[in-house]
Amino acid sequence: MPETAQATLTRPQIPATVTSPPPRRLHRKNRGWYRLISPVAVVLLWQLVSSAGLIPEDKLPPPTRIWHTALTLITQNSPAYGTLQNAMLVSLQRMAIGFAFGAAAAIALALVAGLSRLGENAVDPLLQILRTLPLFGLIPVFIVWFGIGELPKVILIALGTAIPLYLNTFAGIRGVDAKLVEAARTLKLTKLELIRHVILPGALPQALVGLRQSLGVAWLALVVAEQVNANAGIGFIISQATQFLRNDVIMVALTVYAVLGLVTDAVVRLLERRALAWRGSAV
Amino acid sequence: MARIRGLTREFDGQRVLDHLDLDIEAGEFVALLGVSGTGKSTLLKALADLDPGTEGELEVPGPVAVAFQEPRLLPWCRVEDNVALGLRTPNPRDTARRALAEVGLADRAHAWPLTLSGGEAQRAALARALVREPSLLLLDEPFSALDALTRIAMHNLVLRLWQRHRPSVLLVTHDVDEALLLADRVLVLAGGRIAFSGPVEVPRPRERDHHGLAELRHRLLSELGVSKEGQS
Repeated sequence: MPETAQATLTRPQIPATVTSPPPRRLHRKNRGWYRLISPVAVVLLWQLVSSAGLIPEDKLPPPTRIWHTALTLITQNSPAYGTLQNAMLVSLQRMAIGFAFGAAAAIALALVAGLSRLGENAVDPLLQILRTLPLFGLIPVFIVWFGIGELPKVILIALGTAIPLYLNTFAGIRGVDAKLVEAARTLKLTKLELIRHVILPGALPQALVGLRQSLGVAWLALVVAEQVNANAGIGFIISQATQFLRNDVIMVALTVYAVLGLVTDAVVRLLERRALAWRGSAV
Repeated sequence: MARIRGLTREFDGQRVLDHLDLDIEAGEFVALLGVSGTGKSTLLKALADLDPGTEGELEVPGPVAVAFQEPRLLPWCRVEDNVALGLRTPNPRDTARRALAEVGLADRAHAWPLTLSGGEAQRAALARALVREPSLLLLDEPFSALDALTRIAMHNLVLRLWQRHRPSVLLVTHDVDEALLLADRVLVLAGGRIAFSGPVEVPRPRERDHHGLAELRHRLLSELGVSKEGQS
């Protein structure tokens, strides 16, 4: 039977179509360090302009000065600021506790809402309402409710984490390809197997997008929460430095926030690369 | 033997299947033709137990397996895990590997589905269906997205696997020639019922232009509302 079909085709096409070529992989050279050129150039320029006296040091201290201040803050336990690493630990802890509670709640709620209509009707309206509330507008209410200690700070971070993570995980669950679910149903999977092998992995890419968004919001929430009457942490260093007009200390504290943000983002990227390895070079 | 009696399905008051009766013998290869929108896929979904909205009697002895138009492999599971998914044998992964070897994919067992070619993915989907040792194998236009040569290879593969495992097969297709090449019996679905059923009496392997197929082809085309031959 193949003869008739083959006769209509020209010869060279046959091997090419019968065995399709292996998937193409792009071997790109790792040129990530190219991206460092412009930031480094800006810092150098900043240093030059400062050294030339074009920027007053009390407005914007030069990078070298910030570096020295950072070293001093790390090595000396000053009565005004404590040590930088101590402050960092306090802030990190706040962030970790708030983030853990927020993420756990978000994922649990997204599962409840995503896996059943009843759950969706119960959970989703509440979270949609919460979403429209301005997060930082809640601070005065939180102070009335929870005082000025750790609790309102952690809750603010938890809320900031939960909303984007919930929205994306819920959307991810609902966005799982219906055709895959149908195919899985012909395999007679149990409900639990369906959730574990089809729905959760299908929702994961969108959930990870949510994770990155929520980390961004959570860091922002930390910074804002720490401005409110903190007696420890990076935010505390900033409010002390504001009183002493120490812009260099503020710059150090801001740098620490930035570095922490970068590190957590890198961790999520790594997680993404491992969890979504099946997408291969398409990503 | 699969037995269907009075199968009815309505979508918004529109009757797509209207008291449809159909028997498929054990080990019989049946092809189902029909103009698009006549309910071929609706019938297949009912047989696969995917459509709770269907009414009527449906008796299928033993498991039913499906291969769809698209392979529908889970992209996040390796090929062998896709085939093994939901298997209740003691060693699902070994069973899956044997099934993959049968469709010539032994060396791709460990690959991610997205790295397979269209034909390879469809063969994996076929392995996933057959590994369940179905008594009824439903094929929903599984060759229509493949290129001409891969399609020929797949036709041969399906025939070979069918002859070895002998499930009943219901192949939904819009390709009259494909139906004539593969099936024991060809059905035409129209007006919500089996409007025509005719055996293909030419022994396999069949040539596409075998003179014995011409008459049936002509009949099928006219049943499908195509006046001139070759205009399917």
